[in-house]
Amino acid sequence: MILIIEQILNGLQLGVMLFLMAAGLTLVFGIMNLVNLAHGALYMVGAYLATYFFQATGSFVLGVALALAGTLAVGILTELVALRTLYERDHLDQVLATFGLILIFNELIAMLWGRAAIYSALPEYLQGHLEIAAGLRYPLYRLLIIVVGLAVAAALWYVVVRTRLGMLIRAGASNRTMVAALGINIRLLYTVVFGFGAALAGLAGIMAGPIYAVQPGMGELVLIQVFVVIVVGGIGSIRGALAGALIVGLVDTLGRAFLKPFLATVTTPTAADAAGPALASMLIYLLMAVVLALRPEGLFASRG
Amino acid sequence: MLLHKAVLAGLVAGLFAAAPALSQQKVKIGFITTLSGPQGVIGNDMRNSVELALDHLGRKMAGLPVEIIYGDDQVKPDVGKQVADEMLKKHQVNFVSGVIWSNVMLAVSPTVTGAGTLMVGTNAGPNQLAGKDCNERHFTTSWQNDQTPEAMGKYMQEAGINDVYVMAPNYAAGKDMLNGFKRYYKGRIVDEVFTRLGQTDYQAELSQLRAKNPKAVFVFYPGGMGISFLRQYSEAGLRGQFPLYSVYTVDELSIPAVKHAALGQLETRYWSPDLKNPANQKFVGDYQKKHGRPPSFYGAQSYDGMMLIDSAVRAVKGNLADQKGMIAAMRKADFNSTRGKFSYNTNHHPIQNFYLLKAVAGPSGKDPVMEIQKTVFANHRDSFYKECAMKW
Repeated sequence: MILIIEQILNGLQLGVMLFLMAAGLTLVFGIMNLVNLAHGALYMVGAYLATYFFQATGSFVLGVALALAGTLAVGILTELVALRTLYERDHLDQVLATFGLILIFNELIAMLWGRAAIYSALPEYLQGHLEIAAGLRYPLYRLLIIVVGLAVAAALWYVVVRTRLGMLIRAGASNRTMVAALGINIRLLYTVVFGFGAALAGLAGIMAGPIYAVQPGMGELVLIQVFVVIVVGGIGSIRGALAGALIVGLVDTLGRAFLKPFLATVTTPTAADAAGPALASMLIYLLMAVVLALRPEGLFASRG
Repeated sequence: MLLHKAVLAGLVAGLFAAAPALSQQKVKIGFITTLSGPQGVIGNDMRNSVELALDHLGRKMAGLPVEIIYGDDQVKPDVGKQVADEMLKKHQVNFVSGVIWSNVMLAVSPTVTGAGTLMVGTNAGPNQLAGKDCNERHFTTSWQNDQTPEAMGKYMQEAGINDVYVMAPNYAAGKDMLNGFKRYYKGRIVDEVFTRLGQTDYQAELSQLRAKNPKAVFVFYPGGMGISFLRQYSEAGLRGQFPLYSVYTVDELSIPAVKHAALGQLETRYWSPDLKNPANQKFVGDYQKKHGRPPSFYGAQSYDGMMLIDSAVRAVKGNLADQKGMIAAMRKADFNSTRGKFSYNTNHHPIQNFYLLKAVAGPSGKDPVMEIQKTVFANHRDSFYKECAMKW
């Protein structure tokens, strides 16, 4: 029982990480109709900047703040320099161009920090465990990730539902032409949304830094799962991104943890050994296929 | 004026006549490795070590200047094969060397040996090339893949460690590592867990591991996977609870990224920077001086690759047409290897020692370093040489 709770926490933690990535990606796709493969690169930039600023300033909190601002700036710059020219092009052109951006960012990072993974520390006060219940000790840092992720989700909800900016974002997701026709500076809105999305991806990277390998190309490893999340959740919908991320996080984690033992009870242990890991790594794609078959627009599609 | 022209014409004619002869007077080596992408860090270490070997040789072999051509395989077998083809046809190399990945090696080696050129592998050791597909033109200066986990299996068996939890990525090499391990480890295995290739988060697996309460853990997580795994293992507080044994997970390339999370890690390997022999001390010392950090085993075996080629070229006194003579020379492994003296088995794979290494605290505040604890295997042969039909 304790183990199941622990695995649910693990799933939740993976889910909120995916959510931070997915929120930006889904907004950019929903509002700007832009397929941005380079979203993972911003995650990488966040991780590198946080590591760099933490080392330079000696303060984790200051490092995180500077890295967030830095990723925001990199995101806005990318939008102004490269992505602006792509909105009118078709999706294949966007895929090609943003794939090019991935290569550019990876090589740039390799030039600045080298190809080897770099060391990114966790401050001492975030190491260690918290006893949540009897027999359940959970790493403090992972709990922090869950808390930050959920807080960001709540803040996003507030911005999107309760503020004027959020209204524009929602309107933009539903009908871009109409928003532009009503005299809203759609270019500025695009830049703001993209910068916002970049900062969220950066935040995911910042939090991933101390526990994953910080190296060029680290963003591409998570990007595929993030695409699954937004397809499951419904493209363009923040609510969908949150639900999709939590579902994908939980399904992936619980599948990795319990699928093999479960299969062993219904078939032979040898068959479970062979099928378990393969099936567990396919699970989220199977889920995506089922969602696509039943609700092609995703679980929480934004109404267009 | 006329005289001038005649002299000039003579000179030009002389140049043209000499040109083909000059190009023959060179040892051309094609070195294939991975130089781009995240894995480029391994290729970089190999290239540094090849350059250092050539420096130590004075950039000459048997008096002939050496020309080295590097190729990037991008971790793709088809690209590796293309690069090899280009080296063979365009550059007409005398040797092809390098290759990190087993799947790339299985594409490159037959291309090279099929074209009648010598192949000196300096990392990948797939069982096919040690066994049924062995070839007289193929040598390796590293190991056969299974040898390293076999050593760990033997060590854990002899140490009487029972109830081992084993983990590896779910792909061919992951399964080979566990097979190699189990060839010598006969104790109880609590569970075998295969994770996704390229996985970054292991928290779910670590929770399962803790619940199973094993006596020890054996893993194979190369590259970035190892960095993520070690950090999370340590962060989850498992380091003190379950001793961790591994192969190809902690090395001089990953230690700077994991630092204290590697402390206490036990690995088996055929080489270590602290191995005491003159060739190794020269290699490690000069590498450290030039690059400010210790080399990895990838580097050591690439350095050895150049030295092996040098021994062959010297044996035939620079007559590169004498391939039979070069093969005979290489079979003697007559050079100062960074691992110390070793010999070649009938399948052209090394018969060599394997050691237990431990990551211990480095000198005053520096990164942890790998240190030899004991010899696990003396003169260890791989498990496939009997399937190789080659006789000599």
